[in-house]
Amino acid sequence: MKRVYVPQKWCLGCHLCEYNCAFANSGMTDMVKALKDREIFPRIRVEEGDSINFAVSCRHCDNPLCVKGCISGALSIENGVISIDSNKCVGCFTCVLSCPYGCISTSESGAVQKCELCTKNADGTPQCVAGCPNNAIVFEER
Amino acid sequence: MKYVVIGNATAAIGTVEGIRSVDQEGEIVLISSEPHFTYGRPLISYLLLGKTTEDNMKYRPGDFYEANKVTTMLGRTVTKIDTDAKQVVLENGETVSYDKVAICTGSRPFVPPMEGLDTVEDQTSFMTMDDAHRLADLLGDKKDKNVLIIGAGLIGLKCAEGILHLSKSLTIIDMAPRILPNVLDEYGSSFLQKYLEDLGMKFYLSDSVAKFATPHHAVCKSGLELDFDVLVVAVGVRPNTQLAEEIGCEVNRGILVNNRSQTNVDDVYAAGDCTVSHDIAAGVDRILAILPNAYQQGEAAGINMAGGDAVFDSAFPMNASGFLGLHMITAGSYDGEAYITRTEEVYKKLVVRDNKLVGFILIGDVDRGGIYTSLIRDQVPLDTINFDLIREHPQLMAFARSERAKKLAQPH
Repeated sequence: MKRVYVPQKWCLGCHLCEYNCAFANSGMTDMVKALKDREIFPRIRVEEGDSINFAVSCRHCDNPLCVKGCISGALSIENGVISIDSNKCVGCFTCVLSCPYGCISTSESGAVQKCELCTKNADGTPQCVAGCPNNAIVFEER
Repeated sequence: MKYVVIGNATAAIGTVEGIRSVDQEGEIVLISSEPHFTYGRPLISYLLLGKTTEDNMKYRPGDFYEANKVTTMLGRTVTKIDTDAKQVVLENGETVSYDKVAICTGSRPFVPPMEGLDTVEDQTSFMTMDDAHRLADLLGDKKDKNVLIIGAGLIGLKCAEGILHLSKSLTIIDMAPRILPNVLDEYGSSFLQKYLEDLGMKFYLSDSVAKFATPHHAVCKSGLELDFDVLVVAVGVRPNTQLAEEIGCEVNRGILVNNRSQTNVDDVYAAGDCTVSHDIAAGVDRILAILPNAYQQGEAAGINMAGGDAVFDSAFPMNASGFLGLHMITAGSYDGEAYITRTEEVYKKLVVRDNKLVGFILIGDVDRGGIYTSLIRDQVPLDTINFDLIREHPQLMAFARSERAKKLAQPH
């Protein structure tokens, strides 16, 4: 299945992916209204170092510890995509405790949130990838 | 191949999914004393808190049993396993044959003897959906009941979290000198206790109920006297090992299994809270009654029952146990050299032993804490990563570039 990959050497650390992610999942059509003067809760995060940067988002593991540890059945595998049902999630954070990549985070709603490869928003294809100016995030089959 | 799964909670569902990942055709019969569709057991406190509904508590989608071709016998109790005839016997004498059987019977409340306890009508334990319903009924919706909870462990405190808003007053008593002694260290316990006291809970520690003088009046060892309307007994749990013991399974408080979830009796597997696990963080065998372990142990049982090959050998304690807005995750053992950060809102402790992270406590800020958990699970030698960096904040930057490239390039 196609997944998001991040060639470390190309990331400029510009954080555009974080904004594109937050916008894509905001449900709004105007990026300024969606993001301006707001704390954003992106599902992808850029780690910045002295000489290297990279973005991290859900690996959509074949052996997902978040799904196996979920106490409510809110996390599940849907066609290979690790998905969250925010109605079922009670915000216990067992998945935050379980994820080896630190890719499940809190949201405004109290439920957790995570990358679902933009399968549940209007875009349908990963917007972190679409908006990356340096091809440092790619969406491909490997 | 015919499989019988005894139980219907996390380990049992893990077993079913493990079996079906290998064998899509074999017959599965799942038998459980509880009459309900599988539900997330720890959610009962969230149900009372109003954070979920009974429908949303379903641990799997509504068509789970059909989709996995599972024949359910819910509300039925296995009273005996007959290993000679390879069948289980139910409460009415009916039998169900098996080729492989999984014991996922969990645990039951432990109630210590207390004089007069049997005269207290308005009491419940807090482990099942039925307990949650009973407690809700006892409390009513007038917020006029004084509640006494015996036990300041996870069950007692999660119960307290769930019903604080439904109670006129809420008092918790425990023999131990501090709350959540199995999950937190001393400072963490006091940090959490203060938070909960500020919300209105009252604690009496290093004390216990000596007797119930009336059905609504407790006299404690210290001489303290407490009036209450509703009593919750949450002292502890005992693994349900009887079925296993009777057929000669080795039991040391919990059922002993190897890392393939096999007992010492042929074709009999066990998983979840009724078993003993090997805790890799503390290096000891112990009962680890926690949900992620139950699932993985069950899954390994199922795969092996179906002829596959699965090992679950990375058990250690881990708890996400936030309370009323205070987030908290913990894992592993606290025996070792400690690195501590304390502020008004945050308590963070990393514990290192023999060049490995063996445990941590994160209260207030749990962001990306699973990266710490992975260091324990994978037993990563700390001299191979930038420990100073990861101590500040969990991050993949702390790994060597090539190691990180591997992590980012492939699914787990």
